[in-house]
Amino acid sequence: MTPELLGQLNADRAAKRPVALITDLETGDQFLLHPFEKPADPDDLIQIAARKALVEDRAAKLEIGGKSFFINVFNPPLRLIIVGAVHIAQPLSQIAQLAGYEVSIIDPRTAFASAERFPGIHLVTEWPDAAMTGLGPDTRTAVVLVTHDPKLDDPALHVTLRSPAFYIGALGSKKTQAARMARLEAAGFDETARARIRGPVGLNIGAKSPAEIAVSIMAEITQTLRSEAA
Amino acid sequence: MSDTNADQDILVTAQSWMAAGRRVALATVVSTWGSAPRPTGSQMVVDADGRMMGSVSGGCIEGAVVEQAMAAIDDGKTRLLDFGISDDQAWEVGLACGGKIQIFVEKIGQ
Repeated sequence: MTPELLGQLNADRAAKRPVALITDLETGDQFLLHPFEKPADPDDLIQIAARKALVEDRAAKLEIGGKSFFINVFNPPLRLIIVGAVHIAQPLSQIAQLAGYEVSIIDPRTAFASAERFPGIHLVTEWPDAAMTGLGPDTRTAVVLVTHDPKLDDPALHVTLRSPAFYIGALGSKKTQAARMARLEAAGFDETARARIRGPVGLNIGAKSPAEIAVSIMAEITQTLRSEAA
Repeated sequence: MSDTNADQDILVTAQSWMAAGRRVALATVVSTWGSAPRPTGSQMVVDADGRMMGSVSGGCIEGAVVEQAMAAIDDGKTRLLDFGISDDQAWEVGLACGGKIQIFVEKIGQ
């Protein structure tokens, strides 16, 4: 490996840019690949394999035409940003931490966003749009909105929809979702943007309690993260 | 592998060792069979004096890997090492866990 390649690899990792290091195991020839930064090409076997390896977060070996390539993957850390330090955020932040996510909670209401209610969780009490901009959701970030208050949810949602976050979920009934979609349309977000929002949030497992709802949300986040289409 | 659970950053360490003028090689687990202790993608950095950080196994083959890494620093050639396979290679070492591991060793730099 050249020092230049190592420097670029570390720079990509610091920039939270998903990257694969491809090595020809016989010759030692190497290059970096950012397989999600261009459309999937079914004829490009290395790109396809690198996408799969990054999605599965697991290194892979690829044999093509008598050559043996090793694909090492470097993903940014998984993050979950919860907007709303409400009851449901408590079990959700715990489950997400168990699943390996760095959790941040945004809520300008300091009575809700208190270290007493959320020990050990990164709390951000700026207004949600400024807070979300500061956190900068990337391709390994999930965002869940749970305030039930458009005044807080919508500013965060506007910033999130302009980010490459892999999952965006919003709590609320079908009626609440319809009202949200109408507001977003009025704010200039097209159908493609609006379709990124999962709502009602979570997989339909009949969840009732806050902890059960947290399980259903975490299940949907996991399903999205691990699906090849992500 | 994912940076999610990285407790020691091997690649950043490699870069800082280089910056400090040390000659460095990198060892990476590229294949495992059976009950290998470290997943593929796991890495270890080694310098010309045999100092190392990171791991490619539970500790059973690190000594042999360090030797090969130091040789790679000297001659600049990459190496593909198989452990736990019954052959007569000089560096072949059995794995207590019964697994097999393939390690790619490369010098950083020309």
